[in-house]
Amino acid sequence: MQLIVNIVVLTSLYALVACGYVLIYRVSRVLNMAHGELMMLGAYALFATASGISGNPVIALLISAVLSMFIGLATYQVLMRRLTGSSVLAAVLTTIAIGILIRGMVVLIWSPQPQYPARLLGLENPSLAIFGDARISMLSAVLIGVTVLVYSGLFLFLRFGSWGIRLRAVGQNALLAAQRGINLHAVFAFAWGISTFTASTAGMLVAMDKGLDSTMVMIGLKAFPAALVGGLDSLFGAILGALIIAVIEVLLIQYVDPLLSDVVPFLVLIVMLTIRPWGFFGTREQLDRV
Amino acid sequence: MFKSLSTQSAALKAALWLCVIGLPFFATPAQIDIASQVWLAAIGAISLMLLTGYAGQISLGHSALLAAGAFSVGILTKEFSAPPWVCLILSPVIGALLGLLFGLPSLRLRGLYLAVSTLAMHVLVVYLGGEYETKRGYSTGIVVDPPSLLGFTVQTAVQWYFFLLFFAALAYLLVRNLTVGRAGRAWALLRTNETVASALGIRVDRYKLLAFVISSAMTSFAGGLFAYYRGFVSIEAFSIYLSIQYVAMIIVGGMGSLVGALLGCAFVTILPYVIEGSMAQLTFLSSQAGAIFAVNYAVFGILMIAFLIFEPQGLSGLIKRFLPKRSSD
Repeated sequence: MQLIVNIVVLTSLYALVACGYVLIYRVSRVLNMAHGELMMLGAYALFATASGISGNPVIALLISAVLSMFIGLATYQVLMRRLTGSSVLAAVLTTIAIGILIRGMVVLIWSPQPQYPARLLGLENPSLAIFGDARISMLSAVLIGVTVLVYSGLFLFLRFGSWGIRLRAVGQNALLAAQRGINLHAVFAFAWGISTFTASTAGMLVAMDKGLDSTMVMIGLKAFPAALVGGLDSLFGAILGALIIAVIEVLLIQYVDPLLSDVVPFLVLIVMLTIRPWGFFGTREQLDRV
Repeated sequence: MFKSLSTQSAALKAALWLCVIGLPFFATPAQIDIASQVWLAAIGAISLMLLTGYAGQISLGHSALLAAGAFSVGILTKEFSAPPWVCLILSPVIGALLGLLFGLPSLRLRGLYLAVSTLAMHVLVVYLGGEYETKRGYSTGIVVDPPSLLGFTVQTAVQWYFFLLFFAALAYLLVRNLTVGRAGRAWALLRTNETVASALGIRVDRYKLLAFVISSAMTSFAGGLFAYYRGFVSIEAFSIYLSIQYVAMIIVGGMGSLVGALLGCAFVTILPYVIEGSMAQLTFLSSQAGAIFAVNYAVFGILMIAFLIFEPQGLSGLIKRFLPKRSSD
């Protein structure tokens, strides 16, 4: 029972992080290699607001959530936007550069020591008992709730919201979308903002649960196989991918060797690339047509 | 005027060669060490330039390939007591096999999936290296003796300098000949437009794989040399940051230019020493002394972004723009 709870928690975590990869890839075909670092930066934003306003956790959380969305918007507006017209290669290389820059800045500003924003906010993280002897920490329960909320929000929004429809249109054919008067830069910036916001939300919850240091990047990295196994341009695929990676990881930690749990997701990724490179729910045509 | 340009560039070339060959005779041992590191890194930078600058594929697996080469040398020496020439022949073979294994799945797709599968390769190689070290009790690393080839042992700093310079020059010639030939034209076209390339009868996946396998073999060979040069192999040395450093080299140097690869690798290899030196000078930063690596990360990030956005042709592009101006007056 405890295993199932662990799997569900980990699935939510990976799914919440993976949807950022999917959003940015879907609109611009860019693999955002700085996703893990942006997630960490968002979590440090919470740490910063928590040290500023320690009395009121709700306000601190809200401010840092808005801040994280702003970080994503700014990343696009200040850096990625200037690469419009150059190759996807240059864009992906730039995200690698952004990643290493954030890693450096975070250590310089907040030191390499682990930080505990939950303690600053005065938040308790009681362990709740659910079905029989299985236990779940309160923040993990919140994480599951947030993931469900974000995904249902995204599904509804992409289906019915006017910005959601624009986003899908740009993803299908950027040139035609621009011809119809859709502001491409606004849509790209929006995708970066949402992507960073969702990843940072995951980052903040993990930081409050387990503490915060630069190893958080590893979570972002492991969410990548999840996004790819499911299909890089499919949100539903991201959930399935997250589930697969989470099941493998939890079972390996429990029964084999914890060290392997960092390796096997990537082996799954290689197997997937070999047998079904576009993922379970990815679009085949766009990837395969040469 | 053309004559003056060619004599000028010939004179420049001669002066450069003189500097390169003469350097170990007037430099301090520490400077020779840095210069040797530059030549060693040049092999990796040239091979990554072949892959990214010419064939247009992103790899984050350079650190893993270097590790594979270094560990091949370490393991072959320790477990099979193989002589250095065997190790130096087998390390690129192992690199090529890794390249084939991780290149094949990702090259079936368009786009930059090689970045993904090389990341997987990195995670796997680091795991295997770490496992080998702990299982065999080399938890602090494997010690490798200096290599002796044809009865000659490479030991002093000056010997190492020329030994590594020789292989860097070899790598340069190899890739230059590849890129001006048939394969080079195929890579140039598939980098620009895969659809057009395949329409013209170029086997896109085959040429991408060829670029990755050659690049992997060269990098792994450089890893083998690294093991001998350091005399010591430990998986700690091969982080993802090392891969990013190599990416930084080709970005700073300039895509699609072998001279750029050399300039970039010199720049990126020397910069951390400059940073360390200047941080030691600035006493008010001494509280941050433990965070030199973080300063390096940040500086490399800013540099890469600046070059990608403002000067995509890198240092070689800057020089090209600067040189004709000077020779025209």
